[in-house]
Amino acid sequence: MRVIAFIIVCLTGALLLYGTTEFPDWGDPKSPASLHVSNYYIEKTYEDTHAPNFVTAVVTDYRGFDTMFETAVIFTAGLGCFLLLRDFREKKEHYYQHIPTGVILHLKDEKKSLPVGKEFGYMDKEWVPPDLINKTVCRILIPFIQIYALYVVAHGDYSPGGGFQGGVIFGSSLILLAISYDLKTLVKRIKERLLGIFAALGVLIYAGTGVLCLFMGGNFLDYGKLAPLLPGHSDHIRAYGMLVVEIGVGIAVMAVMTIIYINIVSEGRHDEGL
Amino acid sequence: MSDVLSLIIAKYNYWLYVILMMIGLYGMIAKNNLIKKVVGMNIFQTAIILFYVSIGYKTNASIPIITTADTAHGVVVRAADYINPLTSCLMLTAIVVSVATFGYAMALAVRIYQRYQTLEEDELRMRLSEE
Repeated sequence: MRVIAFIIVCLTGALLLYGTTEFPDWGDPKSPASLHVSNYYIEKTYEDTHAPNFVTAVVTDYRGFDTMFETAVIFTAGLGCFLLLRDFREKKEHYYQHIPTGVILHLKDEKKSLPVGKEFGYMDKEWVPPDLINKTVCRILIPFIQIYALYVVAHGDYSPGGGFQGGVIFGSSLILLAISYDLKTLVKRIKERLLGIFAALGVLIYAGTGVLCLFMGGNFLDYGKLAPLLPGHSDHIRAYGMLVVEIGVGIAVMAVMTIIYINIVSEGRHDEGL
Repeated sequence: MSDVLSLIIAKYNYWLYVILMMIGLYGMIAKNNLIKKVVGMNIFQTAIILFYVSIGYKTNASIPIITTADTAHGVVVRAADYINPLTSCLMLTAIVVSVATFGYAMALAVRIYQRYQTLEEDELRMRLSEE
């Protein structure tokens, strides 16, 4: 198997390398990819949309349809993870912690259960107390990571950034919370239902903006028609439309990253994990 | 010989991506463990992302963001001054999709492990033929 694989890989690699002899040189401004539509994007984006960041303008305005279904792909991945892994069955053995004393109880009889509340709380089977240094550093860092994520989303059309990047940063801050404390802390703070609603809401904001443009008399995702609804100078209206869409993308990506993480580490039980 | 060498030096970026891509392809074909196959797929995707970003590069060009000083004075924007934004756009979405597919593949791997207690391909095939 390894030999066959090696031969296949060598043949494919040789063919690809043979193909690269016809390719443009590294950094060639006249390469075919940089000639036709890309020049229009560079020269006319600022006139058309007043967004200084071409990449954001192309992603959310010129290629808005593509990005909308891209967001739908993300949503579908989160939905797929949920449907594949989520496990609502009760566990057979229960571990409880007596909160005032910290004593851990193990209930072997699956029919009995303790009232979970102020006195008793659920406990993981392989629980180890989180490291103090990790906990403290993460507690200090997480708010800054989240603020930075919001900055990346909000400045997507002025500086490098956008909804996908900001959403991933925000999602990773939530994952960091789950790693540094434990999964229960995260699940207690953000309910599963809320994450699901967020994931759907992000896609809804994106598609809803498009439909709103239809109602205002334009084409789908034609942000220029949103001028009566949004504040600010009418020149910048397309940039504002992009911002709305980016916020939708950011919310969806944040929620889906967290859903995927929670479901994979806890095998769908949402109780204990990394 | 010197022809080949100059060809390699002129287009060394493509050589790097092809090597990286072939590492990924080898991982996908030859490795026995499903997680290693998924990692191979990710390496393959990374090679394609690097390839796309590199064909959008232009010598002596800046990142595709207009500075505010340029816009205020009405300076004409020349295409040669900014790198190609289109390739970056396509790869931005490709990165996110690769994360999504990676997450979904991991979920599938977790399910397979729950059912068969293994992620090795030959053992899985044995278990499937037993059933």
